[in-house]
Amino acid sequence: MSSSLSGGFADPARDASRAFRSCLEAMARPGTLQSVAGLTPPAPLSPAAAAILLTLVDSATPLFLGSSHDTAEVREWLAFHTGAPLVQRADAQFAVGTWSALGALSDYGQGTPDHPDRSATLIVERTALAPPNARLTGPGIKESHETRLPDLDALRLNAAQFPLGVDFYFTAGQELTALPRTTRVEALPCM
Amino acid sequence: MTDQAYNFAYLDEATKRMIRRALLKGLAIPGYQVPFASREMPMPYGWGTGGVQVTAACLTPEDTLKVIDQGADDTTNAVSIRKFFERTAEVATSENTSEATIIQTRHRIPEVPLCEGQILVYQVPIPEPLRFLEPRESETRKMHALSEYGLMHVKLYEDIARHGAIATAYAYPVKVEGHYVMDPSPIPKFDNPKLSDNAAIQLFGAGREQRIYALPPYTQVVSLDFEDHPFEPSKADHACDLCGAETSYLDEVITDDQGSRMFVCSDTNYCTTRQDAGHMGRLNQGEPA
Repeated sequence: MSSSLSGGFADPARDASRAFRSCLEAMARPGTLQSVAGLTPPAPLSPAAAAILLTLVDSATPLFLGSSHDTAEVREWLAFHTGAPLVQRADAQFAVGTWSALGALSDYGQGTPDHPDRSATLIVERTALAPPNARLTGPGIKESHETRLPDLDALRLNAAQFPLGVDFYFTAGQELTALPRTTRVEALPCM
Repeated sequence: MTDQAYNFAYLDEATKRMIRRALLKGLAIPGYQVPFASREMPMPYGWGTGGVQVTAACLTPEDTLKVIDQGADDTTNAVSIRKFFERTAEVATSENTSEATIIQTRHRIPEVPLCEGQILVYQVPIPEPLRFLEPRESETRKMHALSEYGLMHVKLYEDIARHGAIATAYAYPVKVEGHYVMDPSPIPKFDNPKLSDNAAIQLFGAGREQRIYALPPYTQVVSLDFEDHPFEPSKADHACDLCGAETSYLDEVITDDQGSRMFVCSDTNYCTTRQDAGHMGRLNQGEPA
């Protein structure tokens, strides 16, 4: 069997429901780590990013593949498991890639004042989600959470646009964490 | 009997993905109503089709589901929704608030404080708090976008001018994190303070009106009011006649045609837990039931 056909959810309905609960908990409690096991996607796609894609993306959701992830194997695997049309940044509802491959946040749909939900969700592949370099506060966070983020200035600019803006998942291996547009981001003092 | 012919939790996977995307955008924009393509469910509108779809999209096989209708676990609506998910998702069910991981509710928030790891799913009839003030969707969208809620304050002011106090007793409008005004569903205003800073995830589903909205945990939710007429959560000025609780929300029950009445906790699980622990009310002095 070709490798693009394997490596998905073994029991799609139940596995996707568990993966969704991880995505939901992550988005509801920004900065907390969630773990998703069971997927073996082609490199460089991480199991956690693959779980988000298989849980949320289908033929109704245009997807942008960052150059870091735009390989024949990843395209074939996503085509079989999700059927998502691949598009440019401005038309994408979801995007996956490394931070540098995803490019400027302003290139993605930010929503409109009438429909702020019509904005992109970016899945940012990282080598690690620790050690923390940022302190998070806002809805979903009791006092504060600490996490590791790229380019704090760009993320602060995104949050300043509320209610518009994009939302993020950060993934590494089987772990994921989320950052919605409502979260306030501060740099931790260097230690 | 289990219904193997149905997908896990009844809905097909494409529908669940669509609802799941709406739920995540709802959490990212607290209080904003996300449109979704609500499906026909095997129950009439008004019986919780929105809540059922949200619950179906969230359930995992490991969950324990509790369903309450006006606080009660044993009414027709609650029993049939619980049975529906026992059959289609084979999940465990419970009437115990602290055992449940997902609680679907119609018009109440349980008395026992919720904790992290729990999800409260509200059934919502009319999600738009401005709908009876401004019928045009195009206009209410603009008002939400601009956070322009003068009309709602005029409505509350007219209450005061006419009745001397804000007469709205349920579905009392709230402002979420200083931006969106939201309808908390027809919960009594007694429950409004529990919306704010709650440890659980709160999800709202309106099936007929095709809207989903959400409150992440620890979100600041403020009931609208005026400096000289502050918001007051209210309840019947009695103790529960069965368990003696003085701080729980009460239902008034007419017991004969002479005008006799009793007051009982609307949260049946809270009331029976207290009675089991030995608390007694006016009409329940320990004689065998």
